[in-house]
Amino acid sequence: MTMNPKIESKNVNLYYGAFHALKGITMSVQPNTVTALIGPSGCGKSTYLRLFNRMNDLIPGIRIEGDVQIDGKDIYSKSLRVDELRKKVGMVFQKPNPFPKSIFENVAYGLRVNGLNHASFVEERVETSLRQAALWEEVKDKLKKSAFELSGGQQQRLCIARALAIEPSVLLMDEPASALDPISTSKIEELIYELKSKYTIIIVTHNMQQAGRVSDKTAFFYLGELIEFDDTQVIFTNPQNPRTQSYVTGRFG
Amino acid sequence: MTLKRFIEKLIEGMLMISSSISALAVLLIVLFLFKEGFSLFSTSPLENHNVIVVSKGNPIEKLTAPQIKDIFDQKITNWQTVGGKNDTIILFTINDVSNYFSEEEIGENFEYLPEKLSRLTDSIPSMLAVYPDKYLAKDFKGKTVSVAKNNIPDFISGREWFPTAEPAVQLGVLPLILGTLMVSFFAILFALPVGLATAIYMAEVADERLRKILKPIIELLAGIPSVVYGFFGLIVIVPLIHDTFNLPVGETALAGSIVLAIMALPTIITVSEDAIRNTPRSMKEASLALGANKWQTIARVIIPNSMSGISAAAILGIGRAIGETMAV
Repeated sequence: MTMNPKIESKNVNLYYGAFHALKGITMSVQPNTVTALIGPSGCGKSTYLRLFNRMNDLIPGIRIEGDVQIDGKDIYSKSLRVDELRKKVGMVFQKPNPFPKSIFENVAYGLRVNGLNHASFVEERVETSLRQAALWEEVKDKLKKSAFELSGGQQQRLCIARALAIEPSVLLMDEPASALDPISTSKIEELIYELKSKYTIIIVTHNMQQAGRVSDKTAFFYLGELIEFDDTQVIFTNPQNPRTQSYVTGRFG
Repeated sequence: MTLKRFIEKLIEGMLMISSSISALAVLLIVLFLFKEGFSLFSTSPLENHNVIVVSKGNPIEKLTAPQIKDIFDQKITNWQTVGGKNDTIILFTINDVSNYFSEEEIGENFEYLPEKLSRLTDSIPSMLAVYPDKYLAKDFKGKTVSVAKNNIPDFISGREWFPTAEPAVQLGVLPLILGTLMVSFFAILFALPVGLATAIYMAEVADERLRKILKPIIELLAGIPSVVYGFFGLIVIVPLIHDTFNLPVGETALAGSIVLAIMALPTIITVSEDAIRNTPRSMKEASLALGANKWQTIARVIIPNSMSGISAAAILGIGRAIGETMAV
């Protein structure tokens, strides 16, 4: 591990009011890898994920301590603009959440809000993003149609395309396949595998097999603590911590 | 099992009956209104069963309600103006009886009046007489002038609204319709931007504590009777407009629009605020996660998403304002 880490968190504590949601998390993520965050519901893995694009800022009464760095820069420093950070760190949510706009405008949204309005540029970028998200062939004839006409799996790939359109370097995925059927899920997983070459991906998942299939590294969270963080293979075959062992073997959680 | 199904059917039937009854009631009220309204168009504009009579030699066959009004207002004084001979119009109404006849001549119970009136119109060729048709003699020698009935085109396009004019009413609602449209248009123009801005502020910008104070206050405003708004308009806004624009009177359409706008505001604010707050959180987060700032999110996602709610708010607000015209 000689490379500089893409993402690094040092002793991060997070409180919702009096509730201590993340307890001293220290972890670093290498570029162009997929890191899976696993753990039972309420263990803080989604909260931890939302730390990296500062989505937690929206919640009133939240308090964050510690140091979170992306590309060696403190993303919680006062001089950093949140919207600039979010352009670099894309996010895909648990449920497909397209805008009530056309398929084209959904993907173009990120470009437009960033002032990139040149027609041919937008068209080109929309096509590239949809191709990257393996959706282009299915929607190329109905770009003007409402995004709500797509199936759930297509909507989720549309949301991925939307996140890719602004060319982030990090992609955060919060249980991106939890609302989808097995076929759509496997498409998303293939996609994650392909996107790895260009992006650093952190994915929260409840699905052990999924974590095993797509990720290089896996972090196990429990009650706000990072219990174990290692190569996915190690976590699933030879975990060091007994709690990790019982979770990945399905004895609790 | 069968009992359960029976109850389900029963409830279904009751729901159907209640909905059809309410639909029927609305329909009946509308029908009643139209029936009553349309009977207006088959009546003559002459009040109290009056007839208009002229002497036999007078070429006038027809008069319109506006012409009659002008004649009685002394704006038309010559028969030529309404298409007759060049002669001054001599007016006669039932109130003028005592100028022409003594009480003895009419008789105690007006029994000789019809005959006298008949002779009177005959003797003065340029007279135009209006009196109740019960005094029209059976062997009347002059002729009655027909007056055009109220009709729908005149009703809509007529510019004169004198529902109590004697002897012929004029029912032109054009200025009323135009006035209402203009006042409500400007009311929407004032109320919508202000209301929307307040709603956005309350839903997206203001912190929770302030919102909890503001919201009940604004909802309370919606409950103030329209008379109070009207009074406020009269005392505050009318003088304000009077002074600002240096007008002889302040009671303008502008004042009306402003009062209506103020009346519509609470409804617009609360309804559209609810619509804005109903925007799914996931949609807001999606926009923010793509690097949009708060205002871009509001303008490009939240407002379009709650557009139907906002237009409902505008319609409800203005509907209330127009419905309660008391204020104007």
